[in-house]
Parts: sequence; structure tokens; C-alpha cells
Amino acid sequence: MATVETRGITKQFGETRAVDGVDLATREGELLVLLGPSGCGKTTLLRMIAGLEHPTAGEILIGGRVVNELPPRTRKIAMVFQSYALYPHMTVYDNIAFPLKAQGFPREEIPKKVEWAATLFGIQRFLRRKPRELSGGERQRVALARAVVREPAVFLFDEPLSNLDAKLRTLARDELKQFQRRLATTTIYVTHDQVEAMGLGDRIAVMDHGKVRQIGTPREVYDEPADTFVAAFLGSPPMNLVERDDCILGFRPEHFLPKGIHEGQVATFPFHVHRVEYLGADRLIYGELTGKWGEALVIARLPYTVGTPIQPGETYDFDVLEKDLKLFDKATGRRTEPRPL
Amino acid sequence: MDARQETLALEEPRPGRLAALVDREEWLGPLMIGPAVLYVVLVVGVAFFLAIYYSFSNITVGARDLQFVGLRNFTSVVATTKFQTSLWNTFVFAFVSQALVIVLANALALALFKEFKGKWLVRLLILLPWVAPISIGTIGFLWILDSTYSPVNWTLEALGLIGPEGWFMWLGVPHLAMGSVIAIHVWRLLPLATVILLAGLSSIPRDIHDAVAIDGAGFWRHHLQITIPLIRPIILVAFLFGIVFAFTDMIVIFVLTRGGPYDTTQVLTTLAFFTGIQGGDLAEGAAIALFLFPLLLAAAIVFLRIARRAEVT
Repeated sequence: MATVETRGITKQFGETRAVDGVDLATREGELLVLLGPSGCGKTTLLRMIAGLEHPTAGEILIGGRVVNELPPRTRKIAMVFQSYALYPHMTVYDNIAFPLKAQGFPREEIPKKVEWAATLFGIQRFLRRKPRELSGGERQRVALARAVVREPAVFLFDEPLSNLDAKLRTLARDELKQFQRRLATTTIYVTHDQVEAMGLGDRIAVMDHGKVRQIGTPREVYDEPADTFVAAFLGSPPMNLVERDDCILGFRPEHFLPKGIHEGQVATFPFHVHRVEYLGADRLIYGELTGKWGEALVIARLPYTVGTPIQPGETYDFDVLEKDLKLFDKATGRRTEPRPL
Repeated sequence: MDARQETLALEEPRPGRLAALVDREEWLGPLMIGPAVLYVVLVVGVAFFLAIYYSFSNITVGARDLQFVGLRNFTSVVATTKFQTSLWNTFVFAFVSQALVIVLANALALALFKEFKGKWLVRLLILLPWVAPISIGTIGFLWILDSTYSPVNWTLEALGLIGPEGWFMWLGVPHLAMGSVIAIHVWRLLPLATVILLAGLSSIPRDIHDAVAIDGAGFWRHHLQITIPLIRPIILVAFLFGIVFAFTDMIVIFVLTRGGPYDTTQVLTTLAFFTGIQGGDLAEGAAIALFLFPLLLAAAIVFLRIARRAEVT
């Protein structure tokens, strides 16, 4: 067991700074998700922790020890790649046994270890097959078994589910979470998929342009976004952001409901509806705020329990609970203290 | 709309005959491949079938007629020690040089796969033997290996490794001569094999190498258990290509030793040339040249099969 910590870690590729002074610390046994759009530096950060990329500046600590100069094999880590990176010319058995052989594991114990890892992921009957004879989901299990077999102190996952189709992905996500819980091994998980991040992560680090914008539990990053980037990146559709004077007002589409549904202190907005999308479980209402709010485009998300008829072209009064209104500084994008509108 | 369609139909240019031909795929394909087929048939095919025809006849240079003699050329030539030596030399020359080429090309390709300063210059230098005319390069080596003026001997003496009496006759002593022609042949084929293997190396996804690094394999395990098996089809292609080339090409030996001393570097191609062209016995020369054809044909078939399998996966 070990924790991972980075101190001011930076990676420069020519002119661009892929990772820009990231300070990050995992907790013992937690699953930390690095979430961000493509090109935000999350994979580079992971590769530096793995030792596949050398940082330009800063320190990486695994289990309290600076590992900057250590090669990947001595870092006690295992990594699962997006492509799984199985060795195509080897059988599943040899794939799983490879890290054990490479690290000089006692020869007679290898079959037992491989058996154990294969049982963990229910792939015993594929041991004699080659990777190309397996389905995507089966390959992914082999990759996991190969990572687990050496009992690493830290798991690193680089978008391990993104090559699976949508149905399988949900299932695999659940399995991954259960398995991580059972082993209680510190895990860093890179993804660009917010649903995956929210569903899997004990905590989420939201990254953009090489910097960590916010670290927190899924609830924290969703309900209390630190800045407009986090607010707009999470949620589908994302948080509505309305500029006003020196600040930006933010509220989630699902908090923006027709007058009379919320109970408590509310702020009311005149909402001119352009278009209604019926999605079954809920309705998405596209439109703009009018009056003093001046033509800001916003989206409302009405659950199916709200049956209020809404017609395109009409203007309605919509409410947001005051506690659900977030304020951001217009210049920096950072969250500011709530104040009367 | 209707009017527009009408004018379009009227104004459409009447296709020329050639254009009509080129527009039809069943004609375009043959048209494009035609010149290559013509070239192969005229330059290779005619000569090849003429050689087969000659090898079963008693033709000599200057003869006005020829008779069919069956397998007599083959049986008589196979019995000579000269032929047997040449056959053995051919195999030694081809397999030793190719083994060296593959090992060295592997090392070079690995080195060139890494990023380093001045890589383009090293690549250029390595490719140079391939783009220089072979005969000119080989004539250069004729001087380098000259018994009196050899800069190699001079360097060895200057370094104190050999005395003035110990100068090597690079091309004049049996084993040394074979070693020299093999070395020059390796020098010549190395660039091509290196480029082929480089292409193979770059076809391996980076993730695989990363996984190997994380799994903790050292250089040799990485190279022998992962990299080599993954590029094995490509190595085989380079190897077979080189083998066929070594079996069928005579330029290095022809320029450097002419098969000497005492036939110790004589191979079937040079023997065929000396017997058929310089010795005037066209029939026997043709028989010698064709002797290895079945073996090379088999090699070529294997070669094509591997190429196809590499395409599929």
C-alpha cells in the first residue's frame, strides 16, 4: 500500500506546457480520477507518475519516497492502457505471467499467481488463447489481471474503458469499482468521461491546460465548482452561466424550474423558450433570459414529474433556489461569496 | 429544372475514345500494369526461357545450330569439383552474409529508432551504400583491400597490431578472400535490411513498449521476447529477400576476386558467367545458372506467403 504525491510537477514539450506545476496527493487506498478534456495534460501526468515520461520540474513521491530517477519497474506500480497493450504473440497465460518473470518471481510460484489473477477476473478458460481471439471486454480483463498479478502498491489506469461499447462500459465500470474496493489499492484513473469519473471516483481532480482546477469528491466538484471551467465541464447539459456586471451567475439546468415548484427562497427569471426536447425521463428546454438579464442563452432540465406545459415562443417565469445560485468572479472565473443580486 | 437537365444533357462533351477506355476499370487496370508486365516479359521472361532452352541443348558461342541433349549438361556439370565447390561457396556466401546482415541491421535499426542529435546524418551515411552504384563502391573496396596499398593494412600497422611483414592479402588468401567478399556484400545489403526493420519497429504501438517498461523487463527480455517476435514476419521478409539476392547476384565477387583464389570464392552465378559467356559454353552456363532455380522459387513462394500474412494481420 502506498500513496502518490506530486509536488509542482511540470512537463514541457517544446513550447507547450502539458502539465503545469501540479500538486496532488492521493489518500491511502482511494480511487482518484483525473478528469479533463483531451489535451489537458491528464495522461502526461499519469505517464510521469508511471515513469514513462520524465518531468521537466517538480517531484513525484510514491509511498513517501521521491521516485523521479527510478525506472518504471522499481516504482511498484501497474498500469492499464487504453489499448490494453497486450502482447499479441503471447497467450493470455504468458501475458499475465510476463511481469512476474520479468521481475524475477520464483519460477514455481508463477502458475499459482497467474491462476489467482485469472480467477479474480473470471478468465481462467481463456488462458491458452491469444489476445486476438478474445472480445474487447475479455481483453480488458486480461489487462487487469496482468496489472493485478504482481500486487502493485499503486494502480494507474489510462482510460481503460473507452474502447468498450456503451453497454459493456457500464458493466465494466461497476466491476472495476468493486475490484478496487476489494483490493483497496491506491488507484489513479484518467478519463475524459464525466459519468465514469462521477461513478468511479472517491475524489476527482478536474484538469485543464495542465493545471488542476479543483480536487474534491464527486459531490463537491459538481455542487461546489471552484471556477467556471469546472462548472461548465461537469454536468450534461452543463451549468448555465450568465454574465452580469462584474460577476458570472451560475445555476444547474435541473435547478431551473417553472415558478411554483421550488419551495423556499427563490430567485425568479423571465425565460423565453426557443425549443423543447423530449428525452423520456426529462425535458430539455432551450431558451434565453429576458428583461434585465439580457438575452443570455440557458437550458432548463425538467424531470418527467414536472408536467407543466411549455410552448416554444412563450415566456415563462422560472425559479432557482437561492442556495443553488453560484457566483463567479468575471475576471478570474473563480467562485466568490454569494451576495444579493 | 427540366430545361436545365436538358441543356446539361446536350452540352455534355462527347467522351473521346481514350477517356472512355480510361473510365472503365476493366481496361484501366491492365493499361496501368501493362508496361511493367511488358518489361518483365521482355527483359526477364525471354532471357529466362532462353536459358531453360539452352540448358537442355549443346549450344556454344558462335554455333549456328543446336541439338537437344536432355539433362546431359546438368549431369556432367554436377559431377565436377569446380561446381561442387561453387555450390558450397554459394550457400556459405548467402547464409553467412545474410545472418550478419540481419543481426547488424537489427542493431542499427534499434539505434536509429531512438531520437538523438544528428540522426539524419547517420541515416544518410547508412543509406549511402544503397544509393551508390554497386560496381563503383565495390571498385573502391578493391583498392581498400589491395595487397600493396591497402589503407586497412596501413592502419593496422600504424596501430602496431601487425608488422610490415604481416600485411594481409585480403583478396588473395582462401578464407580471407571469402571473409572479404562476405563483408563487402554485408556492407552493401545492410542499408536495405535496416530500412525494412526500421519500418517493422515503427509498426509496434508505443503502448506495448510502455507496458514492457512497466512490467519490468530489461533490455534483452524486451528485445528478444517482445520486439523480435512482433517484427518476425518483417525480419523474415528481409532475410528471404537478402538470401535470394545473395544467390542471384555476382557483382561483388566478380569485381573483387573473380571467384579466386583457386575457386575459393567461386559461386554459381560467377561460375555460370565464366563458363557460359567467357568460356563460350552457353549450354553448360545456362545449366549452372538454372541449377538453384527450384530452390529460389520455393523461397519466393514462402516470401510471398509471409508478405500476404503480414498484410492480413
